[in-house]
Parts: sequence; structure tokens; C-alpha cells
Amino acid sequence: MMRIQLPICVEDKQKLRSFDYIYLTGKLYTMRDAAHKRLLQMKKDGLPLPIDLNDACIYYTGPTPEKNGHAGSIGPTTAYRMDAFMGELPMINCTIGKGPRAPFVRDMAKKGVLYLDAIGGIGAKLSLQVRSIRLIAFEDLGPEAIYELQVEDFPVIVAYDVIGNTIFQGE
Amino acid sequence: MRFIDYQTIKEITKQLTIAAIYDLDDAVVQKLEEARKNEQEGISKIVISEILENADIARSKRIPICQDTGIVVVFLEIGNHVHFDFLIDDALNEGVKEAYEEELFRMSVVGHPLNRKNTFTNTPCIIHTKNVSGDQVKITVCPKGAGSENLSQLKMMIPSDGEQGIVNFILAAVKNAGGKVCPPMIVGIGIGGNFELSSALAKEALIRPLNDESPDPIAARLEKSLLEEINKLNIGPMGIGGKTTCLAVKVNVYPCHIASLPVAINFQCHASRHKEVII
Repeated sequence: MMRIQLPICVEDKQKLRSFDYIYLTGKLYTMRDAAHKRLLQMKKDGLPLPIDLNDACIYYTGPTPEKNGHAGSIGPTTAYRMDAFMGELPMINCTIGKGPRAPFVRDMAKKGVLYLDAIGGIGAKLSLQVRSIRLIAFEDLGPEAIYELQVEDFPVIVAYDVIGNTIFQGE
Repeated sequence: MRFIDYQTIKEITKQLTIAAIYDLDDAVVQKLEEARKNEQEGISKIVISEILENADIARSKRIPICQDTGIVVVFLEIGNHVHFDFLIDDALNEGVKEAYEEELFRMSVVGHPLNRKNTFTNTPCIIHTKNVSGDQVKITVCPKGAGSENLSQLKMMIPSDGEQGIVNFILAAVKNAGGKVCPPMIVGIGIGGNFELSSALAKEALIRPLNDESPDPIAARLEKSLLEEINKLNIGPMGIGGKTTCLAVKVNVYPCHIASLPVAINFQCHASRHKEVII
């Protein structure tokens, strides 16, 4: 079992390879379609951002609401929908989502912005690896708001690694 | 004439919605267990194991199988001797709303496709109604996620395209969908009708029992051959390669215009959630 601390350090990025099943511990920010759109508009307008994007680990998910103090179901959403925003985000540490993406996202992985694939449709299991969840911004977006998660041994598959490998068939 | 009241329809809709979201169909679990045995050791087998473990956790801890608790599609069959003194769509929507509010499911519906403001009720649902003979009502509730829905396709083919044209279109759509639709997938196909009916046929095909076979011999043959062809594509669980790309192909057909051959393909992820009841 390969345990990795978030944000992923340069040494770990060099050693991780596509198909490795790894367990992440540390801080993630949730962001999906609407939050990306709004955050990047704020960035363009020169407004202060609710999160520090430098070395941020972004998880594409819209969880079900917390229940009895525990995170709700929290599996990944389809990552290619966020490809359009990636050009603005070369400073982030990694992204977590599901499914294949545009070729330039693979090029970004070669420069260190790894793409990790969480298994789609296992949100109940993944919720058990979330130690805390806190609303950070855009509450009006409901499930599309930005949340800060502390995760422990959160399982993902390395999808795009630093040497250009992919796990997806036909890429 | 049989009267059915608002409360009954609302409450049943609510309970079906809740059950669908926590409790993966036994037939799907069984197919996934077979698939796990069939996959070679490695990451693809691990993926199927995780999906099966997730189904157990969801059922026992009452956590939604998937965070995308979907937009709710309802199929209704209403007997001609049944009478309602209310609008049945209101009762269905209220049942769905109560399920989502009380169980804290994700509100995944926006009230306008372009202003994108969440309705925070997960309504309206999408309702397909059929009139049948008798004094019963059948309600099928399907919370449908967007990951698989988004890759679905419709093509207005022409008669000369024939069966081979349909096969080519379906296989191209499956390749294009690949890992994005959360395979192992279920494929619903509607052939015939017209532009809008072919899509409804494809959706309705997805709620058929997983292990049945079309009563139409041509559709049944297509179901079998397409399942084999799709599983040769090596898309695999979550698109990372393997033997298990598709659990079942369902083809529904309907008469159509002499000049038309509408074909629709609707994808369903492995979290195939639908529950039905006959009142």
C-alpha cells in the first residue's frame, strides 16, 4: 500500500507511475464546473481569491450534504468537463477526477500537475476516508461550492504521470 | 373505477427514490461479481472489488451509492380504470422533493439550463406516462446521473444504413464514451419511432430487468452481438482496460416512417438505480 502526503512533493511525483493505486492523506479543495467558472472570473477581475491556488490539490466532486457531522457520498465527477479551465491553472499541484481528458492535460502532468483517477461511483466508500469537510466559498452553488477536505488514505489511481503515461485505453 | 389518493402516490414515490439511491439492484451486484471473477488480477479487478464494496457500504450505512444522486426519471403506467382527483405529476414531484430534503441527497437540478440556478428541491423530475388497461398503476423511479447521460447520442439514420449502420454507430458511440460513462456500463438502445421517441425507447430499455432478452428476435440478436462486440473493445472498468466494459445491452424497437431509421443510445453507469412498484 503506497501512502502519499498532499500536496504531492516533487520526489513523489517523479516516482509515481500510471496504474499505481495510491492512498492520499492531506488537504483537498473540491471544485467543479460552476466553481471553476466563478473563481477564474474573480482571478481575471483581480479580486482576492477564497483559496490559494499555488500547490492546491483539486478534487472534482459535488458531494451529497453532510449527515450527522460526516461527509456525504463523495466520488469523483467526470474530469474532461474541467479541461477548459486547466490552461489557467498551471500552478496547482494535482487534480483528481474520473475518466480520460484532453491531450494537453497529459502534457501538464509531464510538467508536474499530475492527474489522478478516483474510481467513479464509489462515493459511499470514499466518504469514509474524509476526516473533515468545511465550506470555503460559493455556498449559493450548493453541491458545486468549494469545500476544504481533510482526507486520510483516500484511494486513487495515478492516471497521467510525469513521463506521459496514461491508464486509459485508446489514448 | 378505482380511486388512488395523493398521499399514496407521493409516499410510494418517495420510498422508491430513497431505496434506489441506497440499495443497488441485486441483479447488478450479481453481474459485477461474475465480472470480478472473469477479470485478470490487477487494477481492473480491484476497481470492480471497490465498486462491490461500495454497494455494501451504501446499503448498510445508508450513504448514497454515488454522490450524483441524479435527476429523477419516472416511468408511469396508468390503468384505464384508475382515477386521480389531483395532478399525478404534483404527487411525483413532491415525493421526490421530500426524499431529497429528508435524506440529504444532492440537489442536482438547475431551474434553467442557461442561468444554472439550483432549484434546491431536485425537481422537476422527468415523467413518461403510458396508458394501459386495468385498474393498477406501475411507478418506476430512476435517479439518473449526468456522467453517463452526457455521452448519449441520437442519430437520424436512413433505411439503407440498415443493421450494419446501426452497429457501426453504436460501437462508435461506445468508443467515444469510453471511461467517461463509469463502465462497466449498461447500454440502452432505441430503434424506430421518430426523433423524440427513439430517445425515450433507449431510456426505457435501461429499466428492463438486467437478465431479460427482448421478445423481438431481431432486437434480441442485436443485444447479444453488440454485448460481445462492446466487450472486445478493451475499455474495461472505468476505462482502464479489461474484459468487462458492458454488463448488458438492451434494445427496444418501435414502428417508424418508411423513410426513417432513428437510433438512440443512452448510457447507464454501473450504479444502475431504479426501483418499481405496482399499486
